[in-house]
Amino acid sequence: MQNPAIEYDYTVAKWFSYLAILFGIIGMGIGVWIAFELAFPELNYVAGQYTLFSRLRPIHTNTVAFGFTLSGIFATWYYVGQRVLKVSMAESKFLMAVGKLHFWLYFIGALLAVGSLLLRYTTSKEYAQFEWPFDIVVVLIWVLWGISIFGLIGIRREKTLYISMWYYIATFLGVAMLYLFNNMEVPTYLITGMGDPFHSVSMYAGTNDAMVQWWYGHNAVAFVFTVPIIAMIYYYLPKESGQPVYSYKLSLLSFWGLMFVYLWAGGHHLIYSTVPDWMQTMGSVFSVILILPSWGSALNMLLTMKGEWGQLKENPLIKFMVLASTFYMLSTLEGPIQSIKSVNALAHFTDWIPGHVHDGTLGWVGFMIIAAIMHMAPRFYKREIYSKKLLEMQFWLQTTGIVLYFSSMWIAGITQGMMWRAVDQYGNLAYSFIDTVTVLHPYYTLRAIGGLFYFTGLFMWAYNFYKTMTASKAIEKEPQFASPMAA
Amino acid sequence: MFSWLEKNPFFFAVGVFVVIAFAGLIEIVPDFAQQSRPVVGAKPYSLLELAGRQVYIKESCNACHSQLIRPFKSETDRYGMYSLNGEYAYDRPFLWGSKRTGPDLHRVGNYRTSDWHANHMWEPTSVVPGSIMPAYKHIFKNVADLETAYAEALTVKKVFNVPYDKDMNGDGKIDVPLGSFKQAKQRALQYALKVAQETKRKDLVDMVKQGKVPEIVALIAYLNRLK
Repeated sequence: MQNPAIEYDYTVAKWFSYLAILFGIIGMGIGVWIAFELAFPELNYVAGQYTLFSRLRPIHTNTVAFGFTLSGIFATWYYVGQRVLKVSMAESKFLMAVGKLHFWLYFIGALLAVGSLLLRYTTSKEYAQFEWPFDIVVVLIWVLWGISIFGLIGIRREKTLYISMWYYIATFLGVAMLYLFNNMEVPTYLITGMGDPFHSVSMYAGTNDAMVQWWYGHNAVAFVFTVPIIAMIYYYLPKESGQPVYSYKLSLLSFWGLMFVYLWAGGHHLIYSTVPDWMQTMGSVFSVILILPSWGSALNMLLTMKGEWGQLKENPLIKFMVLASTFYMLSTLEGPIQSIKSVNALAHFTDWIPGHVHDGTLGWVGFMIIAAIMHMAPRFYKREIYSKKLLEMQFWLQTTGIVLYFSSMWIAGITQGMMWRAVDQYGNLAYSFIDTVTVLHPYYTLRAIGGLFYFTGLFMWAYNFYKTMTASKAIEKEPQFASPMAA
Repeated sequence: MFSWLEKNPFFFAVGVFVVIAFAGLIEIVPDFAQQSRPVVGAKPYSLLELAGRQVYIKESCNACHSQLIRPFKSETDRYGMYSLNGEYAYDRPFLWGSKRTGPDLHRVGNYRTSDWHANHMWEPTSVVPGSIMPAYKHIFKNVADLETAYAEALTVKKVFNVPYDKDMNGDGKIDVPLGSFKQAKQRALQYALKVAQETKRKDLVDMVKQGKVPEIVALIAYLNRLK
C-alpha cells in the first residue's frame, strides 16, 4: 500500500541554512584575518584592541564551531529528521513552534555570545569560553533541540530509526553531558554580591580542570565535528548518488565503536602534563583504536559509491562528499599518529595541531555542510542548482586551499618542534624562542593564502545558493536522487 | 538487540548515554581528590595577582602562551623546572594553553623583570626584535577591576575553602591575607605601587597613587608571581 506523499516543511531548515552561510563567512573571514596577522603583525591594530589576535582567535573558533557547524547541523536535522522519520513538521504546530523558537534563540544567543567575547568576557577554556549567563542560553537552546528531536520521533511513521538518527541522538546527548560538566562554574556575584555579575570561577582547579576541559574539548570535536557530520553523510551521499549504504553491519560497528572509544581519547591532549600517567597512556591507546570506527564509517561511505565512481566526474556534490570522507580518513589517521607519546612530544604546542584541526574541519566538516546545503537547495525552492560550473570551481579552489593550509602547517609544526629541542655539540639549546617564530613567516603566509582560497569559495557558494533560490530554472517536482544543475 | 534498540528510541538513547558516560567516569573520578592537593609551598593568589590573572584571561594570553613545562631536558633548559600537579592547586581555571605561538610562561617570574614586561607589552619588538606579538597598549590605561578579583577570592575562600587568612605552614603568621575589601584593596595598592615603580613608568606610578591600578600593573604582578 502506497502512502500519499508527505509534504515536508522546510521553513526551519532554510533559516538555519542561511545562518550556516552567514556564520561560515564571518567565522572563516576572521580566521583568514588572524592567519594574516601571524604573518603580518601590523594587521593586529586595524580596529584597536578589537582586532588583536588573542581577542579574535576565540571568536573565530566559536563562530566556526558553534555558528557555522551547529547551524549546518540544525539545518540538516530539520530536513533529514522529517524525511527519515516520515513525518512532516507541518503536522505538529507545537514542533513547528519549537523549531522556530530554537532558531531565534540560537541566533540571538549566538550574537550576544560573540559580542561578549569581543568585550573580553571569557572563561578562557577552549571552546567553552562563554561566561555563565550565555551557558544558560546554550542549555536552553539545546533543550529546545532535544524537544524537537524526541518530539518528532514521538510522532514518527517510520518505526526504525535510520543511521543518521542514531548520530543526531548521540550528538544531542553527548554535547549535553560534556557541556554541562565542563561549564560547572560558580558565579562570583551570586556568592559575594560584589564585582562583575558575569564573572564566574571554575568548579575545578588545576589538573582536574584541565582533565575535565580536555575530556570536553576533545569530545566537543567528537560530537560537533564528527558525529553529526556522519549523520549527514549517511543521508546525503546515498541520496545524492542513489546508492544504498554499503553495509549495515559496518555502520553498526562504527557507530557503537565510535561512541565507546571516542570519549577515552581526550587524554591525548594532556600527554606529558601533570595528569596521571595511566590516563595519558589510555588517551594514547584509545586514540589509536579510534581509527577503526572512524575508518569504518568513512569506508562504508566510499564503498557506497562502488561501481558508481563515474558520478564523481559528473556531480560536484558527490565530489564534495567523497573528498569529505577522504579528509575524514586523513584526519582520523593523523590524530592517532599525533597521540603517540613520542610524536606528541614533538607535535604538541606547535602549528601541526591547528593544521590537523583544519584538515578535519575544512575538508570534512566544511565540505559536508556545503554539499548538504546545496543538495537541499533544489528541494527547498523547487529549482535547479544555479551553476554546476561555479560549484566545480568552488570545489577545486577550496581543495587547493586546504592542501596549502595543512601542508604549510605540517612543515611549520615539525620545523618548530625540531628547533625547540635542537642542541649544539655541547648540549646547549641551539635556538632562542624567537628564532623558532621568525622562521615560520613563509608558512604562516602560505597558510593564510590557503585560508583565503577557502574563504573565497564560500562566496561562490553563497552566490550559487542565492541564485538557486531566486533566479534558477524551476523544476516540476522534488528530485529523487541527483540534484539537477544548470551548466 | 541492535535492531530492537533502533525501534525503541528511549532505550537507544539510554544505551548511547551509558556507553559515552563510561569513559569520563573511569578517567576523571578516581584521581580527582589526589589531584586537588597543593604542593608544599603553593599559595593562593593575592588580590592584585588575581586581578592580573583575570587580565591574562580577559586578553586570552593563553591563546598563544602555555603554562605547562613538560619533563624534557629541552624544556627544562629553556623554561626551568618541569611543572608539578600541586603547583596548580589554586588555578581556577587552569591556564595550560594548547599552543605555543609564544614561549611558555609557567616560570616567567624567574627570568623577566617588571620593566621588561612593561616595555614588552607596550612594544614587543623593542625588547624582542622579530616578535609577532601585538602591543597591548590599552591595558596601560584600563583600570584593573579589583572588586571582581576580590569577589573571586572571597568566592573560592567560601566555596572551595581556599586558605586565605590562614596560617598554612604553622609559623604563626597568616600567609595570604584577604580580610575585608577595604583591607585587601589597601594591600593591593601598596603592592601595585612597588610594581609600578619597578616598571620605571611615571604614568603607571601616578595612576596607582591616585588609587587606580592599571591592568598592566596587576598583570605584571601576576607574571612575576609565576615561578
